Amino acid sequence: YFVYCGARVPLQPAVSVGNVGQLAIDLVISTLDMTKVGYFYTDCLVPMVGNNPYATAEENSVELSINAEVYSLPSKKLVVLQIRSPFIKNKYRPFCQMLLSWVKSSKCAQVVLLSSSHAYQRDDEQLLGTPLRYLLTPDLEKAFGGLMQELNWKEMEKVAAYPGINDTEKILHIPGGGITKLLFTESCSKGIQMAVLLKFCSEGDNIPDAFALVNYLNEWLQLIKSEVSAV
Amino acid sequence: MATFFGEVVVAPSRAGVDDEESAEESCEETPEDREIRRELEKKREIDVLWTLKPGAPAGSSADQPFACSQFIVAIGHNAAAFLSSFILDSVCWEVVGVVKLWNEWCRTSNTTNVLPTDSFCLFYQLISDPTVLLCQCSCYVAEDQQFQWLEKVLGCMRKEGLQVTILSTCPVADYKTQESTLTLPSPFLKALKTKEFKEQICCPLLEQPNIVRDLPAAVLSYCQVWHIPAVLYQCYTDIIKLDTITIEAFKPLLSSKMLKSLVKDVSESSKILKKLLTTNETHNNIYI
Repeated sequence: YFVYCGARVPLQPAVSVGNVGQLAIDLVISTLDMTKVGYFYTDCLVPMVGNNPYATAEENSVELSINAEVYSLPSKKLVVLQIRSPFIKNKYRPFCQMLLSWVKSSKCAQVVLLSSSHAYQRDDEQLLGTPLRYLLTPDLEKAFGGLMQELNWKEMEKVAAYPGINDTEKILHIPGGGITKLLFTESCSKGIQMAVLLKFCSEGDNIPDAFALVNYLNEWLQLIKSEVSAV
Repeated sequence: MATFFGEVVVAPSRAGVDDEESAEESCEETPEDREIRRELEKKREIDVLWTLKPGAPAGSSADQPFACSQFIVAIGHNAAAFLSSFILDSVCWEVVGVVKLWNEWCRTSNTTNVLPTDSFCLFYQLISDPTVLLCQCSCYVAEDQQFQWLEKVLGCMRKEGLQVTILSTCPVADYKTQESTLTLPSPFLKALKTKEFKEQICCPLLEQPNIVRDLPAAVLSYCQVWHIPAVLYQCYTDIIKLDTITIEAFKPLLSSKMLKSLVKDVSESSKILKKLLTTNETHNNIYI
C-alpha cells in the first residue's frame, strides 16, 4: 500500500527541547549504519569538534565529527543532516534560508523534520491521546495526505492566538521547537514538500522520546521492519 | 563554570532558539533597529592587518593566497606563553601581522607592541623559512567572530601543502570520564586530528563524548572540511590563569616532528617563563 520510488528523503532535526530531534537522527544514522558524505559548512552554528560518536570499535573511533554533517544511504534513497550545536545569536534566520535553498538545489523530493515541543505548554485538546503529532505542507498534503489518515496519525492542532478572549483566531504554535515553525512556514510558501514529525516532551533523559519519534517515523517510511507492531 | 554556593542558576534551555528570540519574530523590525544592528555588526567585524605579506615577494598582488607549509596557532594565554618561552625569539622570528577586533570582552588595536598580559592576536614568520607561520591568540574571539577569523586568516593561505597545529587550554571540569576525577593527573594533554593528518601524535586522543568548542574547534572544523592535515592539542588544566605547570604541560610537543626544528635554547626558556609570570603577578596585589 505504500509505494515509494525515485525520491530522496532528507531527514533533519530541529534543535529543540530535549534535543529529541537530534537524538532521533543519531538513532537513525547508527541503526541504518549510514555513511558520512559531507559537511554543512556554515557560520550560523556554534563550532564544535569531537571524535566519531557512532564508534563501534577502536578502528573507527578516531574520526573527527563537526557541528553539521550529512549522511546518506543510497539503497533507501535517504539523506540525513545532523546538527550538533546551537545557533549563534540572530543567525537562525539565515540558517533556515541556507538550509531550504540547499534542499531545493539538491532536488530532494521530500523533507522530514524531526522535532519536539514543550509538553507543559499543551492545551486541553493536545493533552488527549498520543503525544506524537505531524504537519504537512500543502504540496506534500496533496501527495501523502490520505496516508496519514490511514496511519491514524494526529495533526498538530492550531491553538487560539488570544486564549479566553477570542477563540476563533487560531495559529500554529510550537513552543520549544526552535526553528521548526519558521522552517515549516517558509516551506509552505516556497512549495517545498516538508513533513514535520514532533513529540511533546520535557527536558531530562530524552532517549525514550527519541525512540518514540523514530518509531513514529518508521510507521510511515518503513526504514526498518518492525518486529513488534507499533502502538 | 563554578558558581557560588546557594546561588540559583537557571539552566539554559536546549530549545536552540530562546523564547525571547522567537517572540521577536512577531514584531516588525524598524529601519532604526536595522541600522543599529548594521552598525554593531560593522563594529564587530574583525580585521587582519598584514604588515608584511608572508611568503610573497614585495609588490605582488595582495589578493593572491600565499604559500604556507606550517601554521601553528596558540589560543589562550597559556598556549601563547608556551610559544613565547620555547619557540619564539626576536632573532629567528618577525611579526608579520595583527588581528584587530572588538567585542564585549576584549578589544585589540593594530599595534604590534604588546605586553604578555595584554589580549592580542599576532602573526609571526620564521625568517629562515617564510612558509612557517605562527599565531599567538590570547584575546577572546566571540562566537559570531570565529567564522570571520577563519575566513580572513586561513582564507588567505594556499590550502595545498599546508599543515596546521593548534594549541589550546580548557578547564578540567569540562573533561568527561568514567574514572574518578581525583586520579586525573591534571594538567594533561589530549589531541584531536583531521582525517588527513597522518603523523605521530604525542599524547592520547580525546575520547568520546568529550568535545572541544570555540576558536580551536572552528579552526579544526575548517581543516576537516577543506581536507587540510591538522592536529589540535588541548591541555586540560585546573588553573585558568597564566601558570608554569600548565605551560610546561605542552612540553611533550617539543619533540614532535613539526616543533622539533623550531625549539630554541631551553636554558633561556625557563628565564623567559619566569619573567612572563612576574609581569602577571603585579596585578595580584591586595591591601587592607
